Amino acid sequence: MSRIVGIDLGTTNSLVAYVDGAGVPRVIPDTEGRTLLPSIVAYTPNGILVGEAARRQLARNPTRTVYSVKRFMGRGWDDVRDEARHVPFEIVPTPEVVRIRAGDREVTPPEVSAEVLRALKLRAEAYLGEPIAQAVVTVPAYFNDAQRQATKDAGRIAGLDVLRIVNEPTAASLAYGLQKLAQGVIAVYDLGGGTFDISILRVKDGVFEVLATNGNTHLGGDDFDRAVVEWLLADIRAVHGVDLSGDPEARQELRLGAEAAKCRLSSEERTALTIPFDAFTYRRDITRAELEGLIGSLVDATLGPCRMALEDAGLPAEQIDEVVLVGGSTRVPIVRQRVKELFGRAPHSQLNPDEVVALGAAVQAQILAGGITDMLLLDVTPLSLGIETLGGIVSVLIARNTTIPTMAKEYFTTSVDGQTAVDMHVLQGERELAKDNRSLARFDLSGVDPMPAGMPKIEVTFLIDANGILQVQAKELRTGKSASIEVRPTYGLSDAEVAQMVEDSFTHAEADVNARLLIETRTEAETVLNHVRRALGQGGHLLGAEERRRIDAAIAALRAVEGGDDRDAIRERTIELNAATEKLAEAMMDAALKGAVRSRRADEILEEP
Amino acid sequence: MRSGPGANGRNDILSGPGRARSYFVETMTDYFEVFGLPRKLQIDLAALQRSFYALSRRHHPDFHQSAEADAQARELEASALVNRAYRALRDPIARVEYLIALEEGREVREETAAKANVPMNLLAEMLEVQEALEEAKSSGLSDGAADQLRAEQRRLRDRYQEETDALIAAAPEWDAVVDAGGERKPLLERFKQRLAARAYLRTVIDDLGQALGGSEERDVAHRRH
Repeated sequence: MSRIVGIDLGTTNSLVAYVDGAGVPRVIPDTEGRTLLPSIVAYTPNGILVGEAARRQLARNPTRTVYSVKRFMGRGWDDVRDEARHVPFEIVPTPEVVRIRAGDREVTPPEVSAEVLRALKLRAEAYLGEPIAQAVVTVPAYFNDAQRQATKDAGRIAGLDVLRIVNEPTAASLAYGLQKLAQGVIAVYDLGGGTFDISILRVKDGVFEVLATNGNTHLGGDDFDRAVVEWLLADIRAVHGVDLSGDPEARQELRLGAEAAKCRLSSEERTALTIPFDAFTYRRDITRAELEGLIGSLVDATLGPCRMALEDAGLPAEQIDEVVLVGGSTRVPIVRQRVKELFGRAPHSQLNPDEVVALGAAVQAQILAGGITDMLLLDVTPLSLGIETLGGIVSVLIARNTTIPTMAKEYFTTSVDGQTAVDMHVLQGERELAKDNRSLARFDLSGVDPMPAGMPKIEVTFLIDANGILQVQAKELRTGKSASIEVRPTYGLSDAEVAQMVEDSFTHAEADVNARLLIETRTEAETVLNHVRRALGQGGHLLGAEERRRIDAAIAALRAVEGGDDRDAIRERTIELNAATEKLAEAMMDAALKGAVRSRRADEILEEP
Repeated sequence: MRSGPGANGRNDILSGPGRARSYFVETMTDYFEVFGLPRKLQIDLAALQRSFYALSRRHHPDFHQSAEADAQARELEASALVNRAYRALRDPIARVEYLIALEEGREVREETAAKANVPMNLLAEMLEVQEALEEAKSSGLSDGAADQLRAEQRRLRDRYQEETDALIAAAPEWDAVVDAGGERKPLLERFKQRLAARAYLRTVIDDLGQALGGSEERDVAHRRH
């Protein structure tokens, strides 16, 4: 069997990992040694950029640069209405799967994710020197059927056969378990960029048995950043009298600044935020206490799901032997503090919380490939599965936290003489009324032989496979004939649509790595040109005539080659332009520092009694 | 739909010696037999877990990734059966519910308690609580009434626990009947009555919890997100 890689398709960053010849799982770096690929896709007029190159487009091309697309996977417009307000790219309201308008085209979330997966596939192929066609991809444990299916579709569009969808916290437990770093009953607290999961597992004799899982697929570090951005916007209104809330570029700069400040505050008590806008430069000190005041309630929102998972597992917090932290957001001290209070023991993250899920995915890949035979993961379905019955009530067929794969049978009949089709509505969720749960799909059961009403006995088998994805089979018991079932996913792509996207991706693909690199180089050149233009606007007066001439010459030189195909020339001129502007950067930094000192003095004076 | 025994040797452990039919075409599967156990209520949980892990290692789809499509489908269903059987047997109450369904030869379904009539004396006893609940719904709760409902809820929780304990305590009695080849029906009827009383108590406790507001979250948690 050819090599299977493990992929962590994250809200903020994605990674690819494999198990090496010695049986050790390893994350695969890019040519520059970076392991994290930002889950960002920019649809620029020059072409599609992914990862770091796309990240640099966030503030420059906010409406064409798609980030955090995981929050839109397998969702309908009604689910993402709130979310859509917070992102600079346009979400197109449709009755089915949401679409994102990126420049002149509309793309679905699986297509965006497919770009990220494709980039990881290429990275793995370059590193391992062999074609990669199969992968294990992780998803939040609390992802529903539609979200899982959307992830599988993304893989298919990217040319990857997704052999298994694995839950992120359980993947993490495999990575820990392989190295014997976790035993007994463990709780995995996984707070990522956009999603939160808690899983309780029993690790015994090489079996990883998930006892219960819970979570929130719309809660993560993104929400922390958002809270800080809103606060900064209010501060800017108060201090500078400017309302930037409607300016996508400014919002994006603030978001990136807030994210960086949040990260620094994990190790520092106080940090300075400096964001240059065209009209003014915004400076602000933030303390850890201020950050905690802004995000405290969000952190608390993770505790309810933890308690419910414990209850479903039938265990008091004292019986948890170890608490493991996964996901970048668990670096935030207040998160660690709250987790410690809830479980009554200090959590640990011996393995890098950014990488551990990808490592675990690689372990699962190795299990599927037959390379590891003494480990077995027994996962659960996070949400109850039911069908709508008379009066809009849900009849539960498979309860949440049931070990998968699992199966349930249900019997249907007809209500009218000669009726040849039966319609059923499948739902996922914990509420009693159908309308309060997630509609997964409607099934048309057709081809039933005409019989008097109530005579047919149609057996429908609901099977949740090891991926947590539903499969349905139907059979008419009186005739023994299989009835055909047409699945109409409520918020998903049909098979035909996915097939079309796979084909499109072949025709439109910038499969040629060189073409892709050229786009990146060109776009980088444009970014630098743009920065220089902005810097000259703000600090041009700080330069002597000679310096100014050097910069203008470097700009002209880059402009001359930028539109061409000579990647090396573009890159060299870009480097030269960067070098030519060093003096300018220094001069501006000096001016900024003086300004910062002045403003701090003003603060200190005000603070005095 | 699926092949019978003999077509696939791997099914032996599920079918048991001498079984003539595949479980996958039967409407009613004996979960006790999946684990090679007699139809008794006292189960060694540690041993059950061991055989659950062993059967999982044998049938889980992870270990049949490169098998033929047919074999994969078969193992998937076998794995699903093992999981459901374990879920039904590991919990002493679910075990009783399953046993009743099995004995009566009907389909057992998740969270569907055996439908028996709620004992009359229990209904009479609840009359007062129900009236208080109705009043709370229509005109809100006074502090005194809330305290009274809370006390009532505590008492009903104790009652619920008593029913649970009694069901578990009756396990040896059932096992003795099975060993002696005695009449099973009277005992099953008693189990059904207790289960019905228990389900009814649960509903009232939940209703009380809702009337008393969010502080009683635990009792309605199983219905919520």
